[in-house]
This record gives sequence, structure tokens and C-alpha cells, in this order.
Amino acid sequence: MVDMTVKIGNVTLKNPIMPASGAFSTELAQVMDINRLGALVAKTVSREYRIGNPPPRVAELECGMINSIGLPTKGIEYFLEHQVPDYKRFTPPLVGSISAQTADDFEAMTRDVDVPEVDVIEVNISCPTRNPGGGNFAMHEDHTFNVMSRIRKATAKPVWCKLSPNAGDVVAIAKAAEAAGADALVIANTILGLKINIDTFRPAIGNKYGGISGPGVKPIIVRMVHQCSKAVKIPIIGCGGIVKVEDVVEYMLAGATAVMMGYIIFRNPSGMLAILDGLEEWCRKRGFARVADLTGAMIDEPPMETFAAAAAPIR
Amino acid sequence: MGDVFASAPFIVGKSEPPPIETDIPAEEALCPVISHDWVNEEYKHLVVAASPKALTVRPGQFFNLLCPSPDAGELWLRRPQSVYRIDDAGGRIEFLYKCVGRGTRGLATLKAGDRLNIVGPLGVGFHLDPSWRNIVVLGRGVGLATLAPISQLAAGCGVGVTAILSARNRDFIMADDLFGEVGTVVPVLDSDRSSDVENVERILLGLIAAKRADAFFTCGSNRLMQLMKRLARQHGIPGQVAMEQVMACGLGPCYVCVRTFEVNGRKELRRVCIEGPVFDLQEAVGW
Ligand SMILES: Cc1cc2nc3c(=O)[nH]c(=O)nc-3n(C[C@H](O)[C@H](O)[C@H](O)COP(=O)(O)OP(=O)(O)OC[C@H]3O[C@@H](n4cnc5c(N)ncnc54)[C@H](O)[C@@H]3O)c2cc1C
Ligand SMILES: Cc1cc2nc3c(=O)[nH]c(=O)nc-3n(C[C@H](O)[C@H](O)[C@H](O)COP(=O)(O)O)c2cc1C
Ligand code: FES
Repeated sequence: MVDMTVKIGNVTLKNPIMPASGAFSTELAQVMDINRLGALVAKTVSREYRIGNPPPRVAELECGMINSIGLPTKGIEYFLEHQVPDYKRFTPPLVGSISAQTADDFEAMTRDVDVPEVDVIEVNISCPTRNPGGGNFAMHEDHTFNVMSRIRKATAKPVWCKLSPNAGDVVAIAKAAEAAGADALVIANTILGLKINIDTFRPAIGNKYGGISGPGVKPIIVRMVHQCSKAVKIPIIGCGGIVKVEDVVEYMLAGATAVMMGYIIFRNPSGMLAILDGLEEWCRKRGFARVADLTGAMIDEPPMETFAAAAAPIR
Repeated sequence: MGDVFASAPFIVGKSEPPPIETDIPAEEALCPVISHDWVNEEYKHLVVAASPKALTVRPGQFFNLLCPSPDAGELWLRRPQSVYRIDDAGGRIEFLYKCVGRGTRGLATLKAGDRLNIVGPLGVGFHLDPSWRNIVVLGRGVGLATLAPISQLAAGCGVGVTAILSARNRDFIMADDLFGEVGTVVPVLDSDRSSDVENVERILLGLIAAKRADAFFTCGSNRLMQLMKRLARQHGIPGQVAMEQVMACGLGPCYVCVRTFEVNGRKELRRVCIEGPVFDLQEAVGW
């Protein structure tokens, strides 16, 4: 038996496998037993109804996909009245994800979702299709610190801060979020990109720019997880491009305590549970009694002297 | 787990099909390809062995297919295809599709004995009211594939079916044999201009006058949908349309597949994958 539990601050998850916000809803229960997941992560909500961006909302890339959904939402009231009770038909803890255009509204939204049924508040300050002054606070450490401090004062619940890989210095943002009192970091949201349809000469998606996700982003995000894990003490949740057991192991070795996955749900709706089973099997085979022991276990020595390395056997 | 990353289908644990669990209506499954033949130069007919759960598919529902890559690159998104025939006794489901881009070209490379990874059955299918004695289905191109199972189901229930099949020319009239088995086929073609909206309108008005149109079903052409919508409104005939949109998850969470609908003058977005693909004809907007 492998102990699959992981601790993120004062929240214990029965395993480190979570869906990513925007790729998950209780509708996934059509194809899988969602009670087996470490936590359920709701789609980002904002205060008012938002229609979202014009379709097409996704396109395929060489390395994954690009999307610009535009955070459509039925608004906070609908979320609390209908979606939260729907999530509570299932057993894993509920992570509610919130977004707002201003720090004032972020603070108010935090109070609004501070209800007993919501176990964790994930703060989406990193939607790549928003600008730094209007929701994409994670582009700048001052914005991040300011908004996260306001949120921290508004709730005693665990607050997970979702960072943007588009920021110039992600480590500075991570430190700002920690200093402001975030309980954990989710690294990361999607990477801003552009795909052009060469038949029509127009952008391939309706909103022109969109967020890249899928396997191509993984090495970039694993690097960010590692850099941030060296700079902060709070737990990190790795997110980006996970499609197999080995990807989860890599994220954990880099310093992640748990992971979230979006793209794999589109490709293989049974993938998250297959990865969960596979991860336990991997730990068992490698002699790990606790999956949590993988966190930060990457051997991080100074590089070898070049002649010595070039004379060494191939690993 | 090594092949998960490659275009090879993800092996989903056990090879035995899981028992039907009523609370999990759809599944990801690997289906052996039984046959896969060209119908004409653009369309292919794919027959796969289906699990018991896949066989619960209803007319108008669809599967999301993980197509092999046709080239050196990777395909990242599934391709939705509606069910074309449900062979309960033979344990098979069939698809009829047009090769249009990388996904369908990749799908076309599958050979008998290969395995296809499918997710489904998905979405809301067609509704057949027991009071209807005669229905009219009007489809163009691959839309006919979507309309075939409801026509079969209707005929099986003793309902009269008139199938107006629109295509470029004779070679592209799909599945007329299948429709012929279940009802009256009226081919309308671009080649002799019988597919012109005015002519199709004359045919539909004739069917309405002859009391052979208790309900309308359409798929595959915006032009024909607008025609049917107008006539259905004028004559108080209930109608259903199967719609398409680019998808990612095919299951509801991602909100990629939205289309515009209008109810009492108010526009709203609905997800084709879970609120459709079949919608009320009068609420569909189109272009
Ligand atoms: C519910 C549903 C049922 C369908 N049933 C059938 C069927 O029975 N037979 C058939 O031939 N076709 C059907 N289609 C259309 C089929 O999904 C597309 O032709 C196919 O996805 C094209 O993929 P591609 O890579 O070959 O083309 P490309 O044009 O290269 O595709 C690029 C991207 O756009 C998406 N896309 C392109 N056209 C469509 C479209 N019309 N609908 C949805 N996504 C599209 C693709 O999935 C892919 O993600 C159906 C679509 C839907 C939504
Ligand atoms: C269609 C789609 C919708 C998304 N919606 C949200 C969202 O509402 N809130 C959010 O924080 N992230 C959202 N994301 C980002 C994902 O949660 C995740 O960070 C990203 O996709 C990287 O993970 P992946 O490569 O496993 O998909 C969305 C991603 C996709 C593809
Ligand atoms: S394709 Fe994801 S909601 Fe329809």
C-alpha cells in the first residue's frame, strides 16, 4: 500500500490528482467516477454573468491546443445556489475558483464564496486574455501582492493563488503571493499565443490571442515549479501538459505537492483515473511508501566538471 | 503508459468492456474496426464492434473519436461524429463521414482489425413523439448520416418517413439505399438544380398538404434549415435540427462548442455537445 495522501497547508487530499479549472464540471460524471479525485475544481466564476468570447474557441497546435473561452459564467449567485450543491453530491473537497476585474471586487467575491461548502478558494488572477489592470494581476508582483493581501483579509479559508506563466519574473510573483498570505500556488495558467489560419489569413480562434495548454507547455511549467519551489515555502500545485504518470512524477520531483490537469480530460476522459492508478503503481515499484516523498526530490547538484562528465558512462 | 503520448490510442486499463453502470452512461473505449470502406471519393463508411454501453446510443447522439494522425504531427483534439447506424444484434455501431481535414484524413487510415478509441454515447438525440404518423427528414451531405438512425427508428415504430436527400450530384447521395428501406426517398441535386431552395420548398409544401409532415428533422445545411424553420413556423409543425460546432471536451465543462439560440426574442448560447447536438428547430439561429 502506498500512502497517496498529500498535505497542502492545512488541507489533506486523499491523492494529488485534481482536474484544472475550466476543464472540469460534474458533467464529467458521465464518463468517470469523479469521487476518486483528490479534489474537485470548479470553473472560474465572476460576479456577473459573462457571455465569453466568440467561437471558434479552440484550435489545435503542433504542441497541444490554444483556447480563448473568455471565462463565461452564470455569475456568483448561480454558482452558490446551483453549482455548489451540485458539487456537494460528490465526496472530494470543493475548490471554488474566482476572478474579478478589480481588487475591491476580488475581496468581495472572496467573502461571497466563503461558505461552508467551499473548502478551498482558488484565485484566478492569471487569465491570459485579460490585461494586468483587469483581472490578470499575476503579470506584476505589486498587483499580485495588493490583490492577494485583500483576499487574505477577507477569508480564513485556504487560498490557492493561480499564477501566470506569461509574467516576466514568475518567481517574484510567487514570492509576492506568499508574502501576501497565499496558502499555496497553482503553477500555472495557460501561455499566451497566436495561431493563424493560412487558408483564411485570420486568427484561428475568435479572440485572436489565446492560451496554450497541453504537452508542449509542460517543460516550461515544470521549470517554473522548480524555480518557485526554491523561492517559497508554501506548497505548489503543478499544472500544465500532464498526460501520463511520468509527467506527474516530474512535477512532484520539481517541487509540486499535487497536480492539476486540463488537456488530458479532453483527450482521454478516463486518463485522470488511469494516471492515479498508475502513479500508485509507479511508487510501489520504485519503493516509495508515500507519494508525498516525491515532492522536491529532484537531485539538484552543481553541474559536473565538463571533462569528468564527458568521460562518464551514459545514464 | 508509454504510448499515451503517441498517437496510438490510450489503453484504458482492462480489455474487457466494463459492465453497464447506469449512473455512468458514457465511457472511453477501444473498438475493433470491422470494416472501413470508401463510399465515394470523399466519404467513408466505418463499422466498429461496440461495447454494451456504446450500443445504448440513441439516434442523433454522437461519439468523440480519437483519430490517428495522418502525418508526422500529432492530433490533439477528438473529432465528433454522429452515429450513422446502430446494429444492436450484431453489436456494432457505424459512422459515415466526409474526409475534410487532418482528423478525418487520419481516421481514414484505419484498417479492419485496428482499434479506435471512442468516447460516448454523448449528447441529446432526436425525440420521436408517439402521436406522429409521418415525418420528413431533410439532409444534405454528411447530414444524412445523422438523420439515418432516426429514420430507421421511426420506420421501426410504424411511422411513415419521407427522406429528402440533397447533394451535388447522384454520386454524393449518401445512404439512399438505407433510407429507401425505411421510407420514400426524394433525391434533390445541384447538378439538375432540383436542390434549389424553391424546389425543396415546393416538395415540402406538397408533403404538408398531403398530411405527410407531422414533424420535421434536418441536418447538414444552413440553407435547408432556414427553409424548414420558416415552413415549420408557418404551418405549426414541430421541428428538430442537429447542429455542429468545433469541440474540445465533448462532455460539457469547457464551453468550447457554443452556438447561438433564440427564445422569445432573447438570444442565448448553448453547448452543442451536451445541450444538443439536437435542438428545437425554431430556437436555432444559424446564419
Ligand atoms: C455532433 C456532431 C456530429 C457530427 N457528425 C458527423 C458525421 O456523422 N459525419 C461527418 O462527416 N461529419 C460529422 N461532423 C463533423 C465532423 O466533426 C468534422 O467534419 C470533423 O471534426 C473535421 O475534422 P478534420 O480534422 O478532418 O477537419 P479540420 O477542418 O482540419 O478540423 C479542424 C478542427 O475543427 C473541427 N471541426 C471542423 N469542422 C467541424 C465541424 N463541422 N463540426 C465540428 N467540428 C469541426 C475539428 O474537429 C478540428 O478540431 C459532426 C460534428 C458534430 C459536432
Ligand atoms: C478550455 C479551457 C478553459 C480553461 N478555463 C480556465 C478557467 O476558467 N480558470 C482557470 O483558472 N484556468 C482555466 N484554464 C487553464 C487550465 O486550468 C490549466 O491551467 C491549463 O489548461 C494548463 O493545464 P493543461 O495543459 O493540463 O490543460 C482553462 C484551460 C482550457 C484549455
Ligand atoms: S465541447 Fe466542451 S463543453 Fe462542449
